[in-house]
Amino acid sequence: MIKIRDLKIRLGKKQVLNGVDLDIPTGKTVVVMGRSGTGKSVLFKNIIGLMHPDSGSIEVDGQEVVGIPEKELNEVRKRFGVLFQSGALFDSMTVGENVGLPLREHTKLPDAEIRKRVADRLEWVGLKGVEAMKPASLSGGMRKRVGLARAIAMDPAYILYDEPTTGLDPIMSDVINRLIRSLQERIGVTSIVVTHDMNSAYHVADEMALLNEGRVVFTGTPDEARSTSDPIVRQFIEGSSEGPIKPL
Amino acid sequence: MTEWLEDGYDYLRDKMLDGIAEVGRIAMLVGDTFRKLGRGLRSFGLIVDQMDHIGVQSLMLVFIVSLFTGAVAAVQAGYQFANVVPLKFIGSVILRSVIIELGPVLTALIVGGRVGASIAAELGTMRVTEQIDALDAMAINPVRYLVVPRVIAALVMLPVLTIMANTIAIVGGWIVCLTTLDVSTHTYVTSMKTFFFMKDLWSGLIKAFFFGGIIAWMGCYYGFRTEGGAEGVGIATTRAVVSSCVLVLISDYVLANVLFRFIFTP
Repeated sequence: MIKIRDLKIRLGKKQVLNGVDLDIPTGKTVVVMGRSGTGKSVLFKNIIGLMHPDSGSIEVDGQEVVGIPEKELNEVRKRFGVLFQSGALFDSMTVGENVGLPLREHTKLPDAEIRKRVADRLEWVGLKGVEAMKPASLSGGMRKRVGLARAIAMDPAYILYDEPTTGLDPIMSDVINRLIRSLQERIGVTSIVVTHDMNSAYHVADEMALLNEGRVVFTGTPDEARSTSDPIVRQFIEGSSEGPIKPL
Repeated sequence: MTEWLEDGYDYLRDKMLDGIAEVGRIAMLVGDTFRKLGRGLRSFGLIVDQMDHIGVQSLMLVFIVSLFTGAVAAVQAGYQFANVVPLKFIGSVILRSVIIELGPVLTALIVGGRVGASIAAELGTMRVTEQIDALDAMAINPVRYLVVPRVIAALVMLPVLTIMANTIAIVGGWIVCLTTLDVSTHTYVTSMKTFFFMKDLWSGLIKAFFFGGIIAWMGCYYGFRTEGGAEGVGIATTRAVVSSCVLVLISDYVLANVLFRFIFTP
């Protein structure tokens, strides 16, 4: 369970997050939606400690993570798997080395065991036998799936997805959406998905949260989102340029 | 008029504060590197990779530059000596100028160009494509994983490259002596032996060690601080190379003073 309370961060002159409250219940997939530039990625980076808020609190399984020393933060981070928008694969390494990196760094598993685990995770994401390839020779969708295999290498309790379907064709988007769902069913992982892709959001969400002007302005199930009369939510899910949200 | 002065003052103040902050951030990176040194040393494979990249792959460049450095030193010495100093001393002049100054400094400048740029470009690209964030997110400290191996490799390889450079430059000088200055191998070698002092060699190698640190830290620092896309990587690369070259020359002056006034006193 992740509890975010009154999270505030200012970047330059802009108050990016202005009191975010959000609960991510264990075992659920929560989709955080919002327009580009509303601070979705900033929220995501705060949760994993890549950025530090000016004030507010983030609790992971009851443990406060804001302002804790790096050593403790790293222990928390080991419970997380993160899929970055571009996959963030290390292009100096092969696919197999990428997926195996967290295992080599944090466990004392023998090489053979690591290779087995890597092959296993790659198979989970539908990419059997690509260990020897370099990231540069992969397509966008394959990169994301390798990134996902790396994110789940350590059997995390949480997975953070940053725009998992951005830049993918509709078919590959669906593949990713199904993977997100199947991982939740398979290993009972708690997921946070940051996206502005409504299709993807409906597909994977147990709960949805809409971020607007630095605050969470709506939380609810996908059905509640569809039936709400809240004009901000309506405008966002209908994708209209007219309404309370002003285009920048 | 006063407005103009105020603007000027604000501009200067901001520039100064930026400069001080930059020095502070570099010092923090250096401090972090030492803090992570213990764990970083265990990643032996990463260090060896960087030694290959920084050292072995710079060999050809160092070879060519040093050969001609030695050759030019011989030609110039021949010209300056004419009718003033007997040419039998030419070996010692080449040897000492090469091992004290030319070898370490020129090696640092060319390796700074090659390696400093490649470190900044690589880490800069890793920064803008979220690879450094990914390391952090995987609880792998980027300073330990990326900076420590590069710094150690540069600290080790710069003195090694300098020894190579010294040797090759001396060969370059010898070739010129033999072919155009009518100085025999025997005269050349005897002259070198007569005026060879171990402390000269040491001073050059100690300098090379410091230059290695400067090159690696500047490359890593500007790489880590990269912002934006391709343009940011370009800016980072330029800054890394320019700052490491300037710092190499400044620290050369400082080290020369420290080494020859206090440590290797005449």
